[in-house]
Amino acid sequence: MNKPIRTISVFCLLLFVALMANVTKLQVFDAPELAESKYNKRVIDEQFSRERGAILVGRDPVAQSVPVESRYEFQREYPQPRLYAHVTGRFNYYGSTGLERSQAEVLSGDDSRLFVNRVVDMLANRSPKGGNVELTIDAAAQKAAYDGLSALPGKVQGAVVAIEPKTGKVLAMVSLPSYDVNKLADHDLNNVNKVHDKLNADPTQPLVNRATQLRLPPGSTFKLVTAAAAMEYEGYSSTSQVPGGDTYQLPGTKGETGEIDNGGRSCGKKKVSFAQAMGQSCNTTFAQLAVEVGGKNMAKQATKFGFGKVYLDDLDQVESNFPADTDPAETGQTGIGQFEVAATPLQMAMVAAGIANDGVVMKPYLVDELSTPSLNVLDQNDPKELSRATSAKTAKQLTDLLVATVDSGTASPAAIRGVKVAGKTGTAQSGIDHVPPYAWFTSYAPAYDPEVAVAVMIQSADVDRGEVAGGKLGGPIAKAVMEAVINR
Amino acid sequence: MGFVHRSRRGAELFLLLIALAVGIGAYAAVGLGVQGEIPVDILTYGGWLSALVLVCHVTLRFTAPYADPVLLPLVAALNGLGLAVIHRIDLARGRFDGGLAQQQLVWMTLGVGLFVATMVVVRDHRLLQRFTYTSALAALVLLLLPMVPGIGHSTLGANIWIKIGGMTFQPGEIAKVLLVITFAGYLVQHRDALALAGRRVLFVDLPRGRDLGPILAMWLVCIGILGVQKDLGSALLFFGLFLVLLYVSTERSGWLVVGGILFVVGATAAYTFFGHVQNRVRIWRDPMDYYQSLPGSGQLVDSMFGMAWGGLMGRGFGEGKPWLIPVVESDFIIAAIGEELGLTAVMALLLCYGLIVERALRTALICRDGFGKLLATGLGAVIALQVFVVIGGVTGLIPLTGLTTPFLSYGGSSLIANWIIVALLARVSDHARKPPPDLTPHAAPDDSESTQVVRLR
Repeated sequence: MNKPIRTISVFCLLLFVALMANVTKLQVFDAPELAESKYNKRVIDEQFSRERGAILVGRDPVAQSVPVESRYEFQREYPQPRLYAHVTGRFNYYGSTGLERSQAEVLSGDDSRLFVNRVVDMLANRSPKGGNVELTIDAAAQKAAYDGLSALPGKVQGAVVAIEPKTGKVLAMVSLPSYDVNKLADHDLNNVNKVHDKLNADPTQPLVNRATQLRLPPGSTFKLVTAAAAMEYEGYSSTSQVPGGDTYQLPGTKGETGEIDNGGRSCGKKKVSFAQAMGQSCNTTFAQLAVEVGGKNMAKQATKFGFGKVYLDDLDQVESNFPADTDPAETGQTGIGQFEVAATPLQMAMVAAGIANDGVVMKPYLVDELSTPSLNVLDQNDPKELSRATSAKTAKQLTDLLVATVDSGTASPAAIRGVKVAGKTGTAQSGIDHVPPYAWFTSYAPAYDPEVAVAVMIQSADVDRGEVAGGKLGGPIAKAVMEAVINR
Repeated sequence: MGFVHRSRRGAELFLLLIALAVGIGAYAAVGLGVQGEIPVDILTYGGWLSALVLVCHVTLRFTAPYADPVLLPLVAALNGLGLAVIHRIDLARGRFDGGLAQQQLVWMTLGVGLFVATMVVVRDHRLLQRFTYTSALAALVLLLLPMVPGIGHSTLGANIWIKIGGMTFQPGEIAKVLLVITFAGYLVQHRDALALAGRRVLFVDLPRGRDLGPILAMWLVCIGILGVQKDLGSALLFFGLFLVLLYVSTERSGWLVVGGILFVVGATAAYTFFGHVQNRVRIWRDPMDYYQSLPGSGQLVDSMFGMAWGGLMGRGFGEGKPWLIPVVESDFIIAAIGEELGLTAVMALLLCYGLIVERALRTALICRDGFGKLLATGLGAVIALQVFVVIGGVTGLIPLTGLTTPFLSYGGSSLIANWIIVALLARVSDHARKPPPDLTPHAAPDDSESTQVVRLR
């Protein structure tokens, strides 16, 4: 019987070899994939328990981890939850958003630049600590933006973005309505779910970052792009006479639907000065200019300012839209920021910033500096050029027009004593019945040595339909933000 | 036969000390890792464990001095480590006093008692051959017990427990040992008839019905019972066991072919007719897709997560989360070990099991009587198959079927049965390794033609 016993021995050997091979495959080769499974509580728990780095504005943390006596060792805490909700995003058991997500590698300590720290922590038998992320945000500007928007009556929906034109640093980014991020970072996961479901179901969409994730017709603020295109492609200058008139019938249309007017503002008979057209935000002028420039060149100009591009690495961003292949009537409408033109507040801030910066659009960024847990600098973000939107000459002339618009035109609410301010209002038809128009305002200051460019967008506030106007609602907010930066 | 085995009891004692170091060391490590201090009862615990192991050793010295010296240390190491891991899970689940580890220690004590009793009572394994039919009957009765209303007890969908006075017991574990005795006894008695008499049908020599019939019937009944009780793991175990012993006793590889075909037919039939078999297979093929369904792959995937989390070196005692794995104390204990002690420990454990099987089969090879050969082969095969089915199941190699990991898993019936298996293996190995009886004391020295040829194998 020995021969079959030997055969059985070989068979048993094979069984054990198979087991060993499979266990090795599972514990070594499949392990990374298993660690990524969304069902893997161990990995989630471990990340959730870790001491993450802080997100800093200036020297103050706007997101930090504090030790707690709970089954998770650290609690993520947001000292100014509503003010920075959309910038920091949230970090909770179910995932993360905003900078908490885009900077997760550094904050959790997994980043390769923190390798040495990890090794030191490991040798010292400490649990690894994450690095810090310092933001470009200016605390005063952020607060001015938030307070300004919140001061509007009713349940405000809107956003403010401020950019440093020369670098692309985002100085302020506020979206309303905001929410208490701390409630979404709770260790009581049931509560987190409840709060999240409630916020998610809220028709005013507090979870949406309106500054980068919502695109709306930009209305008259888009006239900056139209004016730039007219100068770049049609040879206009700030002293040119431009087409005007009380009404303008879009090419190929008949009757009232194709007729554009100026809402009673004075825009000359046939011709009007560029300064007056900009100062009075003449629809007839900019519609005609757009038709002159043509759909193709309008699209080119919009693209140079960043339309149709993703350029923000730090947060979720939707691309702003300029329609392709428009017919002349549609092109006319795009000239005043209607038809299918849609822009995020960030995009409109970049248009203003690009003109302010001699026509060069800088890539916007929110992270200034990365540092180790002990605040040694790991990495510094350098400003990068995104595109050249206009020549320096065009930019200078546009600035002249916009300064005039603040000095004696519709943008006067943003005027700051002793400082030259460039600005443009906008009131955009929503295109939906019973929905009031959107109020826009873009500006920068000081006009000839700009420190800050701002875009304000008010999607809705408790204001009578007739009262909605970019200058009246947005102007003071933009002014407050600019002052905060200039006076720092 | 020129080679004479030495008894090697001293080597066994040395290995036992290492095994004790593993068991007691692991217990201390659990205390350090989970509670930050060496457990206060380390002396009583260690003393008790050492006493149990030494009792076994002394028993072997007196009753089976030539028994295989590696077997007992391997078993002691496995049992000791199992206790420590169960204790670790006790702590994780908040069972600070008593707990399952203490119960397991009681079961181990009982197991050692049965080991000693077996060694003392069964002085020669050939004695067991007389009980071929008795043990067949006993095995059947034990297998049927869970189906008796009143004492039958169902857990997690399998009706394989009995419950008497709050104590649950899995009679199938004992039936396993009895069946090995039955199969071995019957097959050794009928092996010539099975191997020689019969008709040839399609390249296969089929034995006569009266030779194979009874044991085949017996086996079919067992598989049937297990099928009704939804105990797939044990059914697979019994099938494999029967096949192995039939093949070894008849020395005809044709039986493996027949068995293979029968396995495919049976597996297909089970898959076709039983929904729960289909579920198991589906879950096994795409465990990630069924994580949240019920019945789903939750257990399996959680076990895989745990083992992957452990990686090569493991998280260390107290650093893992073995409580996230369901029934981790019994079927899934290997996952807890994989998580906290890593691939290294799992490999070491597999080597321990492999060595036990190897010692059993080696015993079968050198054993002088057919019954002993079959008995040792059967017992070795039982351990090999059981380890393969359970560890293969919890690591996703084969579809998951519930079985315990010998000596490691929490569970009294399993532990007792396995200690008896070790006792029987020790008994057979003692017999096999003993110097052969001197059969020539009266031979006339001058008669060179009278040399007796004894067929030893």
